[in-house]
Amino acid sequence: MRRRRRGSGWLAEPLPARPVPFRARGFAPTNRPLAGAATLIGLVLLWQGLAMAGLIDTRFLPPPLAIGRALAALVRSGELWRNLAASLQRLALGWSVGTAAGIVVGFAVGLSTLARSPGLSVVSALFPIPKIALVPLFIIWFGIGEGSKLATLGFGVFFPTVINTAAGIDALPRGLIRMGQAFGLSRPAILLKIVLPGVMPAILSGFRVTSSIAIILLVAAEMIGAEQGIGAFVLQAGNLYDTENLLAGIVVLSALGLTVAWVLGRLERWLLAWR
Amino acid sequence: MSASHVTIRVERVTHRYDALPVLEGIDLVAPAGQVLVLVGPSGCGKSTLLGIIAGLIEPSSGQVTMEGPIAADCLNPLTPVFQEFALLPWRSVAGNVALPLEGRLPAADRRARVAEVLALTGLSEFATAWPRQLSGGMRQRVGIARALAVRPACLLMDEPLSALDAQTRTLLLDEFAALIGRAGTTTIYVTHNLNEAVRLGHQVAVFSRRPGRVRQVLQIEQPIAERHPDDPALIALERQLWEMIRDDAAAAARERVVG
Repeated sequence: MRRRRRGSGWLAEPLPARPVPFRARGFAPTNRPLAGAATLIGLVLLWQGLAMAGLIDTRFLPPPLAIGRALAALVRSGELWRNLAASLQRLALGWSVGTAAGIVVGFAVGLSTLARSPGLSVVSALFPIPKIALVPLFIIWFGIGEGSKLATLGFGVFFPTVINTAAGIDALPRGLIRMGQAFGLSRPAILLKIVLPGVMPAILSGFRVTSSIAIILLVAAEMIGAEQGIGAFVLQAGNLYDTENLLAGIVVLSALGLTVAWVLGRLERWLLAWR
Repeated sequence: MSASHVTIRVERVTHRYDALPVLEGIDLVAPAGQVLVLVGPSGCGKSTLLGIIAGLIEPSSGQVTMEGPIAADCLNPLTPVFQEFALLPWRSVAGNVALPLEGRLPAADRRARVAEVLALTGLSEFATAWPRQLSGGMRQRVGIARALAVRPACLLMDEPLSALDAQTRTLLLDEFAALIGRAGTTTIYVTHNLNEAVRLGHQVAVFSRRPGRVRQVLQIEQPIAERHPDDPALIALERQLWEMIRDDAAAAARERVVG
């Protein structure tokens, strides 16, 4: 800024009035679902176009239409439903058992001095182990049947659930629990009406992580020793160089992941309407 | 509102957090149906004493006793109103107010009592609102409605207006004065605000800086309902209180900056 001397001091040169610039642009992305859908459709069309133009070797990467036809054939033959039903059954059972156990232990770690240090030390030691590495051990322990698959899923889901639940309890404002105590609420009432709803956002956000982990472990476990299930189907198709069915299986897994995420989103909207 | 008539006695209460002495030899009486206000510099242990009276903090030594009849419909004799409201964000206004009544009153009685206190605190239209949809002043009304719903024998108010803006504070202070005067419930009220102290208190206990001791207990004879913000006697009393705690408040402020 130019300055000029006036009298005994320095004064700023008067400047003409000008608009104050807006400086807070950016850093605020918004969701545009249509743009997301258009991107996916565009990629699929590009893939199909490249295949039709002969620019892709369709033996290794079949075009979307061929994958669609393979999928339709699987639906008609009932093979898709048989495999999907087997996978869903394992997923539901393994995830539910691991989640239920994780929530119970998470509550114990979050609320009990007796359980906190031992629980946290065990979780810290076992959580980093890649659970896929444990599949052979589970097969030795529980056999090649359903037991080892459910153990892999349950074990994989258990630890993140414990961590999320305990962290949710730690983050719950203690003032709310003191309020319950100050109003003479019983311990079960405090657990049920204050702690459980308060920790629900953390548990539900954990569900998103554990459901993805469960799908990954499900496929891995089914690839090691299963006759039915999407993982077994994909492996079998790969062994036969049947890339159309292989990719049809992968599309089903993707749809499964999207469906689970959608269901969890609805559950969150319903249970956390207060947010 | 309440047929309870309890006197709270604080006897030789001393408290320390590990090695830090917070309260020393506190003797106080909150007579039945009166408002005892606790004032003093920051960190003098006022809120700790309220926690001890509420049974939420175990004193290092000394005891708190409660004497006098408690009405049959009183569900929680010593009932707090929190500075930060302590509302459950996942419950509606009515749900928050109903919380301490659940399992203690039949559903119909519970609904009637919730409706009654919501009307009393001007919240009837907001019964189904979530706490996040309310202003600070409205949230504190919910806190008060919840406290009144249990028909307390003694209200324990920990700086209930300090989280609010100045205008809301003034409005709610007038309502508090009317409500407390009408209800006649024994009340222990912690505040930094000396204007609140002289508007609401039958007695004002002045605490020294940490470790808090009771320096003096002032009696205010004028009925609460007749007190006005521009009353010269109250203004003089407020000034007198400030003279008493000014040096300690300045020392406590320096302590916070240095410490």
